[in-house]
Amino acid sequence: MLPELGQFALILALLLAALQAFFGIAGAHLRRDRWLAAVAPAVAGQFVMVATAIACLVTAFVSHDFSVRYVAENSNSALPLFYRVTALWGAHEGSLLLWIFLLASWTLAVAVGAARLPPRFGARVLGVLGVVSFGFLLFTLATSNPFLRLIPAAPDGRDLNPILQDPALAIHPPILYTGYVGFAVAFAFACAAMLEGRLDQAWARWTRPWTTSAWAFLTVGIALGSWWAYYELGWGGFWFWDPVENASFMPWLVGTALVHSLAVTDKRGLFKSWTLLLAILAFSLSLLGTFLVRSGVLVSVHSFAADPTRGIFILMFLIIMIGGSLTLYAWRAPLLRSSAGFELTARESFLLFNNILLVIAAAIVFGGTMAPLIADALGLPTLSVGLPYFNPTFLLPILPLLALLPVGLHAKWKKGRLEQEQRGILVTLAVALVLALAVAFGVFARAAILTLVGLTLGPWIILSSLLDPIDRWRRKLSVSRAVLGMTIAHIGIGLFVIGITVVQSFTQEHDVALGRGDTANVGGYEFRFEGVNGMEGPNYDGVRGSVVVTRHAAPVATLQPEKRRYWVQGTVTTEAAIKMNRGTNVLIALGDDLGAGRWSVRIQVRPLISLVWLAALIMAIGGAVAVSDRRYQPATRSATDAAPAGAAAKEGAG
Amino acid sequence: MNRFALPLALFVLLVVVLAISIRHSPDKGTIVSPLVGRAAPGFALPSLTDAQHVVSSKDLKGRWYLFNVWGTWCVECRAEHAMLVEVGHSGAVPIIGLDWKDEDDHALEWLAQLGNPYQAIAVDHDGRTAIDWGVYGAPETFLVNPQGIVVYKLVGPLTHESWTQEFLPRLAQRASAGL
Repeated sequence: MLPELGQFALILALLLAALQAFFGIAGAHLRRDRWLAAVAPAVAGQFVMVATAIACLVTAFVSHDFSVRYVAENSNSALPLFYRVTALWGAHEGSLLLWIFLLASWTLAVAVGAARLPPRFGARVLGVLGVVSFGFLLFTLATSNPFLRLIPAAPDGRDLNPILQDPALAIHPPILYTGYVGFAVAFAFACAAMLEGRLDQAWARWTRPWTTSAWAFLTVGIALGSWWAYYELGWGGFWFWDPVENASFMPWLVGTALVHSLAVTDKRGLFKSWTLLLAILAFSLSLLGTFLVRSGVLVSVHSFAADPTRGIFILMFLIIMIGGSLTLYAWRAPLLRSSAGFELTARESFLLFNNILLVIAAAIVFGGTMAPLIADALGLPTLSVGLPYFNPTFLLPILPLLALLPVGLHAKWKKGRLEQEQRGILVTLAVALVLALAVAFGVFARAAILTLVGLTLGPWIILSSLLDPIDRWRRKLSVSRAVLGMTIAHIGIGLFVIGITVVQSFTQEHDVALGRGDTANVGGYEFRFEGVNGMEGPNYDGVRGSVVVTRHAAPVATLQPEKRRYWVQGTVTTEAAIKMNRGTNVLIALGDDLGAGRWSVRIQVRPLISLVWLAALIMAIGGAVAVSDRRYQPATRSATDAAPAGAAAKEGAG
Repeated sequence: MNRFALPLALFVLLVVVLAISIRHSPDKGTIVSPLVGRAAPGFALPSLTDAQHVVSSKDLKGRWYLFNVWGTWCVECRAEHAMLVEVGHSGAVPIIGLDWKDEDDHALEWLAQLGNPYQAIAVDHDGRTAIDWGVYGAPETFLVNPQGIVVYKLVGPLTHESWTQEFLPRLAQRASAGL
């Protein structure tokens, strides 16, 4: 009975979404204020209905209702409770439902916050969100219904894909989707502004906290996925540029540009049409990401063919949402010219460069991801693009972007006078360069050009970000949450650059010959080989080595790599032993028996790898702090508006 | 044309590309695998059907074989199973199964219910062999030649079309080459 109730709730949610879209958009357009009053209740009702549907499906999972096809395909009576709940988004249908639920939650939050927006504008925002929700609900009900029955019921389920039975991967989709869906809010604000034909600085201030929140969630979501890939797959990579990763990274890049462009629109009323375009793009890329990857078009192109109705529906939806909003843009954006000018070295210019470089970076990722599809469409031989394309080309826009950051931070709005700040910028650069040389030649005793560049840029960004807050703190001026958040996020960027540079430059891999009691030094760690012992498994025997790892005479771990010989064939396999220590990853594998108790041993040390994920988390925290700034709170808004113009001009882009 | 319409124009191009991708793709199951044209990764894993036995790549040297990655948790595997049984019975080529991250009793029950097309089934509990083979997701099917070189890789369920259009022609070359 419950699954039918869930499906019924989804149908009601579809109708409510239609009402929300119609009354929101038509009501505002025709100036029927009584229609507008129906929008918020429709939002609330839709949320309740979607939550009911989710609850029904979760109940089906928890109670092992294998008469529901989706449950039978993605659960099992032996599956622990935690994974029975997370199995909800273990496959296509449930993921869509989760998407819809998160959208309904965001929409509800917007509806609560919309109380302080002009009524027609707020209704338009909710109306656009209603259109998005309607499309997703229709897609789910028409092609991907999770409540379909399986008759006769399966005696037991086929179990959740084992790859998904991991805590990090279990919470990764909801966080990532929260980010994706959050960009729908920025998108709705952009569409509402275009429908209204008016966009002012207040618009940017309303949009900013939503965008920054979505961006922070997306950051955490991507980092979790990368961490899982490293930890679970255990072969030393944290980013493979595969289509699934790229699909989440493209909205992140454009979203980062949007966060910065909104700052300019907010503070100076500039970049209006550009900000709109970014808001549309960020959400469009989220849609492409969710849909194309979820349905497998980009990964294998297979599901698309397997279920043509689904593929065609997706394409129609993309045409309506993205095509519709871009048409609106082509028509309305020319009305929104910004008039004020600025000098070449003003903060506006730096943020413009930031935007252009980030969009180029996103275009590079997009090109590489879509290349196989484009080649196919042109009838060229199948093509696959990997690391050799992405790594070098991606650096082209990113290096200048990072180099402009510590300078642009100190530029003033409108007027480009950097003289006053010149000293701070140069001093931090000098300090960073010395640090880079010290680390490169002092700690690791070698460096390539890119290593030095990365090791200089990272600390420079951190030090330069700290200049202004420290200066204000010494002069006993308050530092607003917005500036604090921006500073934290930029420090996160600096740490990220340091982490990735060190990992890429100083990962060490050595094959050494060790006898019992011999030691080897790799990457600052000492490895003492304690010899091997025989052991026996169910269908193999072998040896288990024992290696005591110490750092500066302090014990770190005893690692036990194995070498197994399967009885019947005599085939030998190696089982590496891995240990994380203060951000450094140590891997040991046994090689060949060299005779006389000596073995060849492979040792890998990847320093600072944890910093990469930690830095991403810090960026997200920066976003969260910035969102909590008082200027985005309704009650105290007028107070901050009245703040001295000088203080406002110094406020940041975070 | 005003510059604000440029994004729309680019999007229309993208739609054309996507539409073409949907249209001509009965055979979109192939991801270009770096393994194609290279030596198949070696493995020696316990056999599902015979606990005393080990399924090893060494035994397969000198023969054509299909390497099929599956698991009872995998929905698409159930979809392709009938086709596998058909191929197995045709005797065109021996099929080696890799039971990926699965429970042995589930797998045995599955074979009892749906039939066993495999000449041998290797059990990959921890998924390491699947990683060696670069498996994206089950099911995947590799065609390996007598020199141990991967000739073709299919991602997704084996269908009648992919069998007749991709596998059979490649196997036919074997006959002409006198293997």
